[in-house]
Amino acid sequence: MSGYWDPSIERMPFDELRSLQEDRLKSIVRYVYDHSNFYRQRFKEAGVGPDDIKQMDDLTKLPFTRKVDLRNTYPTGMFSLPVSRVVRYHVSSGTTGKPTVVGYTKDDIETWSESLARALTSIGLGRSDVIQVSYGYGLFTGGLGLHYGAEKIGATVLPTGVGNTERQIELMQDLGTTAIACTPSYFMHMVEVAEKMGVRIRNDTKLKAGIFGAEPWSLETRKRIEDATGINAYDIYGTSEISGPLFTECPQKNGIHIWADMFLTEVIDPKTGEQVGDGETGELVFTTLNKFALPLIRYRIGDLSVLDSEPCECGRTHPRIMRILGRTDDMLIIRGINVFPSQVESVLMKIPEVGDHYQIVVGREGPLDVMTVRVEVTEKGFSDKIGDLMSLKKKVAKELKSVLNISAGVELVEPGTIPRSMGKAQRVIDNRKV
Amino acid sequence: MSEIKQISLFVENKPGRMAKVSKTLSDAGVNIRAMTIAEAGDFGVIRMVVDNPEKGYKVLHDNGFTVSTTDVLAVEMKDTPGGLYEIVDTLGSNKINVDYAYAFVTAKAQRAMLILRVDDIVKAKQALTAKGVKIATKEEIQKI
Repeated sequence: MSGYWDPSIERMPFDELRSLQEDRLKSIVRYVYDHSNFYRQRFKEAGVGPDDIKQMDDLTKLPFTRKVDLRNTYPTGMFSLPVSRVVRYHVSSGTTGKPTVVGYTKDDIETWSESLARALTSIGLGRSDVIQVSYGYGLFTGGLGLHYGAEKIGATVLPTGVGNTERQIELMQDLGTTAIACTPSYFMHMVEVAEKMGVRIRNDTKLKAGIFGAEPWSLETRKRIEDATGINAYDIYGTSEISGPLFTECPQKNGIHIWADMFLTEVIDPKTGEQVGDGETGELVFTTLNKFALPLIRYRIGDLSVLDSEPCECGRTHPRIMRILGRTDDMLIIRGINVFPSQVESVLMKIPEVGDHYQIVVGREGPLDVMTVRVEVTEKGFSDKIGDLMSLKKKVAKELKSVLNISAGVELVEPGTIPRSMGKAQRVIDNRKV
Repeated sequence: MSEIKQISLFVENKPGRMAKVSKTLSDAGVNIRAMTIAEAGDFGVIRMVVDNPEKGYKVLHDNGFTVSTTDVLAVEMKDTPGGLYEIVDTLGSNKINVDYAYAFVTAKAQRAMLILRVDDIVKAKQALTAKGVKIATKEEIQKI
């Protein structure tokens, strides 16, 4: 039922799309070689030049780039244009190391907004919608990114930003917000606060859609949010390096469409760097095809996913990436076994007796890694018999073991004691690091 | 009806939690008649009988505690040797199981009060009443 923002591009036959990508790949490679000292040097080291890129398959001749390259060239050493052409900076929070700076030309901002205009239209939003942007505004790309995308489709933006949750809920009611964009953990906090205020999202607001991202979240969390509030919850993806939030699921909710005229997507084995096939898990690698202040060639983004290039039932020909499993950075290695916080989340959200918020604490007992999962006991799940609570603990531990293949301790805690986040949730406390 | 509404709370086993519970009730003017804590390692369950269970439940719930109410029996027990035996023997011979119990002594009456959670509250009441055991009403608990 929902339409297309630009049907000629969104439904472009696969072959045409591929040849458009090929043309744009060739010209962006030449562009960065001509404009960026960083790329010229990097290409020379790899013994490759613009003339070597004649067709799509030549892509693999090009060297990868990584976050560490942005850090090493801090602040703007990887840029292809001088600051006089740059109309905006965004800066990453630097939680995992030195912050990274990204920049945009006027056209880059336009392309970013265009990408979101397609995405927001695909989930049925338009001129008559009020979109509450509860992502952080400022150096973080979430707030301004969604803001521009929402304005582009003619929707009314309510730029609440993060925090002051009670006021956000009042405004949501007073101004008739129909869609909200924020982190899924902040939305769950918002629902909690609304309930305390006597406001039920389902009956007392006009909210029909949520655009949730900036942290990995599971299908089980989607179900929990949708069941609790009656809204449609869509996954949104993007990182500051490739502009910010850019892509969402369509109403099929079966993967996130990556606009192929703007980005070339590869999935690689993180160990060997070899491309893996459709349907296989690997690290996402993006090449920006029409971004000019800070173009990225074969940028290893660090997120793990699966690519599906088959046409989607929604009619869009652009490939989809499946739900992000996590960042390679987020992966915990517990007693030699890989554990993603999103796997823990998918287990917990299926158990109604535990609350929406959780925390993973990793430590060491002697030579052994120990993982403890802290969950809040909901009133729904509370029995005043100790035996029932012990069984709940055992049940959570058993479910975790069956999915993760390792034993985890379970700690039952009082509601409200696990810290709520306004932005990206801090799910893991790793006490092993010195 | 003579069931008493007991308030149960989930609490983490750490300093200050009991203080928070009692402060919340005291600020609301709710008086605790009897109380017990069952602990299980890092968490525990506080169970209590208060003079105004509806209000007690509400203030605790509104203050973010995980709280529930449970129907229990408050049974008057002779404060002499054999007082407890008479009650539990009656329940046992009627195949009624006691999930848990705790007792307190009232100042006015020369009697002890036993709070019982049983698997069949209706049958327990009948059996005890038939034995001549007095079961306290909500009003009586309120007035103590």
